[in-house]
Amino acid sequence: MTGRSSTRKAKADTRGSRRNQAGRRGPTAGRTRSWRDSPLRRITPWLFLAAPLALLITFTYVPVASMISYSFTDWDGVSPDRENVGFDNYVSIFTRPELFRVFFVSGYYLAASVVQIVVALYFAVILSFNLRFRNFFKGILFFPYLINGVAIGFVFLYFFQDGGTLDSVLAWLGVSTDHAWLGDPTSANVSLAGVSVWRFTGLNFVLFLGAIQSIPSELYEAAELDGAGKWQQFRHIIAPSIKPVISLSAILAISGSLSVFEIPYIMTGGATGTQTFVIQTIKLAFQFNKTGLASAAAVVLLLIILLITWIQRRLVPDDKVDLV
Amino acid sequence: MTSPDLTAAPNRPRPARRRLPVGGVLTYLSLLVATAVVLIPLVVVFLTSLKTSKEVGDGSALSLPGNWFNFDNYVTAFNDGKMLLAFGNTAFILLFSIGGTVIIGSMTAYAVDRFDFRGKRLVMAGFLIATLVPSVTTQVATFQVINGFGLVDTRWAPILLYMGTDIVSVYIFLQFIRGIPVSLDEAARLDGANAFTIYRKIIFPLLKPAIATVVIIKGITTYNDFYIPFLYMHSEDLGTISTALFRFKGPFGAHWEAISAGAILVIVPTLIIFLLLQRWIYNGFAQGATK
Repeated sequence: MTGRSSTRKAKADTRGSRRNQAGRRGPTAGRTRSWRDSPLRRITPWLFLAAPLALLITFTYVPVASMISYSFTDWDGVSPDRENVGFDNYVSIFTRPELFRVFFVSGYYLAASVVQIVVALYFAVILSFNLRFRNFFKGILFFPYLINGVAIGFVFLYFFQDGGTLDSVLAWLGVSTDHAWLGDPTSANVSLAGVSVWRFTGLNFVLFLGAIQSIPSELYEAAELDGAGKWQQFRHIIAPSIKPVISLSAILAISGSLSVFEIPYIMTGGATGTQTFVIQTIKLAFQFNKTGLASAAAVVLLLIILLITWIQRRLVPDDKVDLV
Repeated sequence: MTSPDLTAAPNRPRPARRRLPVGGVLTYLSLLVATAVVLIPLVVVFLTSLKTSKEVGDGSALSLPGNWFNFDNYVTAFNDGKMLLAFGNTAFILLFSIGGTVIIGSMTAYAVDRFDFRGKRLVMAGFLIATLVPSVTTQVATFQVINGFGLVDTRWAPILLYMGTDIVSVYIFLQFIRGIPVSLDEAARLDGANAFTIYRKIIFPLLKPAIATVVIIKGITTYNDFYIPFLYMHSEDLGTISTALFRFKGPFGAHWEAISAGAILVIVPTLIIFLLLQRWIYNGFAQGATK
C-alpha cells in the first residue's frame, strides 16, 4: 500500500546522485582514474545488485508478464495445455453481472475512506496542539493499525454478533436493536467498511500528524499576530501544507478500496454480498481453477490502479510531495 | 501508553500552549469518544476471554467475568490453536525475511548510490516501476512461479516473497545512505579496502537507524500478514500467527471465550512492542509510507 509515491522520490534520487558523483570525482580524480577503468570496478555494482535484481525480476516482472499471457487463455492452472481465447476473459468480466458486481462493493470501502481521512485529519489537527494526555491519545488512535488482521476480524465478528458488543453497548445506551448486522448485504458491507475505518484511521492520522508537525511554528505565530483564528490558521496554513499528503492518502484509499481482502474474507468469507475483487480473484484461481479468468481480472485491477496513480501524478506535481 | 516521555514527538517548540475555551471541552469529548470506539471492542474481547462458556452464554457482552484469573481459555487457545508452533514459524519467517530485506535493501542502495555504471538508470527504473504493481494483483501468477520452484507449502515461499517485493526498504536505505559522506568511502579505499569491505565495515554499521526503521516496519507487517501464508502454506504444521488463529476458529465456531483468548494472545506481543518502541514505530511508519 505504500510504494506509490516512491516514483517521485526516485526521480529526485537520480538527480541527487548524479550531483554526488560529479563532486566525488574532484580531488582524487587522478588516483581513482586507473581503478575506475578496471574491469573489476565495472563488475562490482552488479555483484551487489545480482540478488536484488534476481528477486525483483522473479517476483515482480515475471509474474506480471505471465499474468498478462494467462489472461488470454482458458488455462486452469494445472493442466499442461491451454487454449488461446483472445479477449473472452475480459469480455466476461465486463458483461457477466456476477463478476462485475464486486466493483460496487468497493464503493462502500471508498466511502469509508472518505470518513477515515476526515476523522484522521480532525484528530491530527487537534493533537498537533499541546493537549493533556496528548501522547496517550496518539497511541490509542494509532494502535489499531498495528493489530493482526485476523484478530481484528474476530474482535469485530463478536462486535457485530447478535447480543454481541454492539448490541450490548446500544442496549446500555437505551437503544434496543435486534438487527443482524452482518445479515443483509447493505448492512454487512457498511459494517465491514466501518471495521476498515477503525483499522486504518491510525495510519492516516500518523501521516497527517507528521506533515503538520513539519510546518515551522513561526507561521502560526505570525498568523496569530495578524489576528487569525483557529479555523483561519487551519485553512491558510495547515491545509495547504499537507495537501500533498492528503492527495497521497486519497490515492492509497482508492487503490486500497479496490484491493480489500482480509477483513471481509475473515469475517464473512465473501458471503452476503460482501465479496470483493481480490476475494473473487482468489476464488476463481484457487478454488474454481479458472486461472485465465482470474488473471484477466487481476490485469483489469492492475490497470485501474495504474490509471489512478497516473491521474494523481498529473494532478499533484512531483516536487510537492516531499513534506514528511 | 502511560509513559508520555517515550512518545514525546520530535517536538519543535510549539507556539505557547493555547487554550480553546469553548472548543476545549468538545475537543476532549471527541477524543474520549474516539478512545471508547477504539477500546470497547478490544476490552470486551479481553473480558470474554476470561469468562467460562456458561458466562458467555448467559451474560451480556459487557458483563464482567466471575473470576479474573480464569486462564483456561488461554490454555485451550494456546494448545488447540497450536500457537507455540505458530509463534515458532512466524519467528523463523521473521528472522529470515527481515535479515534478507536488510541485506538486500542496503546492498541495492549502496550499489545504486555509490557507483556510476552503465545501466544504472535502467536498474533504477526497474525498481521504480515495480512500486506501481500492488502484489495482490499479481498473486495468481506469482503462485505459479513459486510452484515452479517447488516451494509451495514451505516456509521459504513467504520468506522469498517478503524479501523480493520489499521496495519500500530500498528507498528508506537510499535516503539514508545519501547522507553518509563519500569521503569515508574514499579514505577507506586509500587504505586498500575494496567495495565489499567498505560496504561491510563502513556503510552497513552507519545505516543502523535506517535498519531499525526497516526492521520495525517489516517486522510488524510480516507478523500481521495473512494473505501470503494463507495462499502458500496450507499444511497445519506451517501455520503462522495469522493462519493458526484463522484455522482455530473453525472447530471452535461459537466458543467465543476460546476465540477471544486466541485473538488476545496474538495482540499482546504487538501491544508490548508498541509500548516499548512507540516513538520509533510512529516515525518508521511515517517514513515507510511516504517515501
